Amino acid sequence: MADEKKDKDEKQPSVAGDIGALLTGLKTTLRESFRPVVTTMYPEDKTPRSERYRGRHYLRRYDNGLERCIGCELCAAACPVGCILVIAAENTDENRVSPGERYAKTYEINMLRCIFCGYCEEACPVQAIVLGPEYELSDTSREKFIYTKEKLLEPLPPDVQARLDAKGVPSPQPSPLRGEGASSPPPSPRPGEG
Amino acid sequence: MNDLYNNAVGHWVVVVVAMALLLFVVLTATAYTVWFERIALGRIQRRPGPNRVGPAGLMQLAADGVKLAFKESFIPEKTDRVIYVLAPAIGVAAAFLAWSVIPIGLWDYYGPKIQYWIADVNVGVLVIFAASSLNVYAIVLGGYSSNNKYSLLGGLRSAAQLISYEMALGLALVPTFMIVGSLRLRDIVEYTVTWGPYNGPIPLILLTPVGFIIYLISATAETNRTPFDLPEAEQELIGGFLTEYSGLKFTMYYLSEYLNVITVSTLAVLLFFGGWYLGPIPPIVAFLFKVVIMIFVYIWLRGTFPRLRYDMLMRLGWKVLLPLAMANVIATAVVLVAVT
Repeated sequence: MADEKKDKDEKQPSVAGDIGALLTGLKTTLRESFRPVVTTMYPEDKTPRSERYRGRHYLRRYDNGLERCIGCELCAAACPVGCILVIAAENTDENRVSPGERYAKTYEINMLRCIFCGYCEEACPVQAIVLGPEYELSDTSREKFIYTKEKLLEPLPPDVQARLDAKGVPSPQPSPLRGEGASSPPPSPRPGEG
Repeated sequence: MNDLYNNAVGHWVVVVVAMALLLFVVLTATAYTVWFERIALGRIQRRPGPNRVGPAGLMQLAADGVKLAFKESFIPEKTDRVIYVLAPAIGVAAAFLAWSVIPIGLWDYYGPKIQYWIADVNVGVLVIFAASSLNVYAIVLGGYSSNNKYSLLGGLRSAAQLISYEMALGLALVPTFMIVGSLRLRDIVEYTVTWGPYNGPIPLILLTPVGFIIYLISATAETNRTPFDLPEAEQELIGGFLTEYSGLKFTMYYLSEYLNVITVSTLAVLLFFGGWYLGPIPPIVAFLFKVVIMIFVYIWLRGTFPRLRYDMLMRLGWKVLLPLAMANVIATAVVLVAVT
């Protein structure tokens, strides 16, 4: 059943060798066709990602529900493409959002611009912003790519949370605040600005 | 059955019904050949192949067909419109024409004796060759009328290729006719021998193995399939003669290509592998089984070998296959004379 092409007999001395090569090729393809398929059935199965994978951003909260972000804008400054917009506002006793003096009143990331370099995560003094594992970010309009604070504050996937905990990021101590005045700094990093 | 068949009106009714049935069966078979090829090629490359539409991707061809049917059927400017539209139709018509004489099998086990074919022509093989030669018109005319240099080159290449391999193909089968003494496909399948205790039909490949190898190679070239798909060599000629075709006209070319694959596979089974005889297995099942194996061989070749360079193609045809086929004819003649 071999496709024995009696070709090349002028050029090369061994016709039998050439036909043998053709048979080897046929054998190889037949053998390969019985080996398991290597395709990952993408939408159902996904290839594993590195645990340091940099996907979409999350803003974190302390366990007591206060936002970590203190509105320092270091992330916006570190961002090479300028996709982060932070507008800070003062915390007051009546309206305490974060443990520090200030909090981010507006926090927007333009995901169309973001290059997922992770500099914002490195720059953040309070580990407020992290890059999560999601990479399927397609959407139907440009406006939907401006991720607002509400969207960014969605709870982290548990595996990312576990990773951050394991990394020894200062575990969110129960903030002493909420009703005790704005004097206490946030847990470990440098005390709030100003 | 015979009463119905032997009067004028009944005869035509039977023939028309048989034609309609055959058209349906062959078209369905073509669709599933495409599916089979995509799955088999996928497995060879360790991919799953189509698996989204329907169970195991079986409805993929329906999806593709609907998509192609609704595509714009574009006719470029300055084409020769009549020929441009006619060429794909010639291709499909020629591909279907061959099926008018292909016998699919006999049912003589229980109940009425049924024969599955439209015409039992006594020069059946010649009819098939005549029809398959028409295929070259589809390609050459399509290439010429598209008013595109790539189409024209593809058409010209195809013409040269088909003419070169037609000779070897014809000569490869001559020993079979010499042994059987008939061009009727049914006679060839039912050729029986008496070898010692064995008396019955045999696969003729045992008598003409060289003929089969020449047939296999030439038929691949005839159907323009890899490794002989020079007319549509993408890297050199874009789509070859297909470049300017789209929508249903493209579908017709595509259809005729796969129809031809089934035709040459069926012919190989009839001429070399004893048609519908395979021990105690019912004829229609045996026949289908053999045809599927042959189709797989063609897909296997496609999945294995890279395309030949054009001068190699010509050299293989004229300097290797043709002399080999002639030598085969002469050798068979000598042996036949010596034996009888």
